[in-house]
Amino acid sequence: MSNQRLNVFPTRMAQTTMKLRLKGAQTGHSLLKRKSEALTKRFRDIIKKIEEAKLKMGQVMQVAAFSMAAVNYIAGDISYQVREHVKHAQLRVRANQENVSGVMLPSFEVYNEGANSFELTGLGRGGQQIQKCKDTYTKATQTLVELASLQTAFVILDEVIKLTNRRVNAIEHVIIPRVENTIKYITAELDEQDREEFFRLKKIQTKKKEAKDAELEKLSADVDNEPHSILTGSQDQDIIF
Amino acid sequence: MATVQKERKFISIIGDEDSVTGFLLSGIGHLDARQRSNFLIVDAKTPLSTLEEAFTEFTQRKDIAIILITQQVADEIRHLLDEHQSAFPTVLEIPSKDQPYDPSKDSVLKRVQLLFGE
Repeated sequence: MSNQRLNVFPTRMAQTTMKLRLKGAQTGHSLLKRKSEALTKRFRDIIKKIEEAKLKMGQVMQVAAFSMAAVNYIAGDISYQVREHVKHAQLRVRANQENVSGVMLPSFEVYNEGANSFELTGLGRGGQQIQKCKDTYTKATQTLVELASLQTAFVILDEVIKLTNRRVNAIEHVIIPRVENTIKYITAELDEQDREEFFRLKKIQTKKKEAKDAELEKLSADVDNEPHSILTGSQDQDIIF
Repeated sequence: MATVQKERKFISIIGDEDSVTGFLLSGIGHLDARQRSNFLIVDAKTPLSTLEEAFTEFTQRKDIAIILITQQVADEIRHLLDEHQSAFPTVLEIPSKDQPYDPSKDSVLKRVQLLFGE
């Protein structure tokens, strides 16, 4: 594959184009390589953060589950009540974007909208405990949303890094060798043409010289047998009318 | 690929009763115009097909940004989680009440480990 060359006529113009292309490919290669390195660095940061966040999540969820247990103990089973009161989401997320070397990474942000739909839950008993539980779970949700944005960034970066690396490798192992081969081919072909041209000129020169020589020889041969003088010849008989 | 995901603003949850109740209490529950909810409570009696349907529906809805799923439930539909490769919505495994969190089962962490060859 890499030994192929592009299908071009071996001319000087094509050679110039190819040289430009080679330069372009090399510049692109170094740029892409740098991009991939920057992304990989970012990627490692994110992975580290994900691991930390997952550990934090474990703790937060433990606390949340405990507060839920407390609610169940004091207020009884509120599950049904809560489910029935669900109408509009109070906690929502918004996606912002962050630009990392041309890659848009989303980051989620929690925001409040609308009123609390569980104001009356636990009115009978355990209202305070329920409020506490709600706060704990709100905090847990925030942690989880952070983790989710990290995870999204992870997935997107993973994809982009793979793509960039594929491009870097394609330029390095396919495009650059192919262009180099083409340039080599054009140079060889041009040299060959040069030699042919030179040889042709030489040949013409010799041919011309030969022709000239031949003419000269002929001339010098002509000098030996001088033109016939009509006066020196034998006398014609007089013509009598 | 990473276009602005403005319309994705809800967090959905699939899990056991207590986890779901807790998160609903924090106010993430939502019913849309067609009365579709963004949560599912799974207990021992919930058939696998309901679970699979709900997960697929949540992943295909355009207004959900994050899917929280307890690890216990996630284990049951692991094949769907592994299949879900796209960035949106993000699937997040959370520990459930009666089961500690096991990082080695997490689909994302598995991918992390795969990348580092550990």
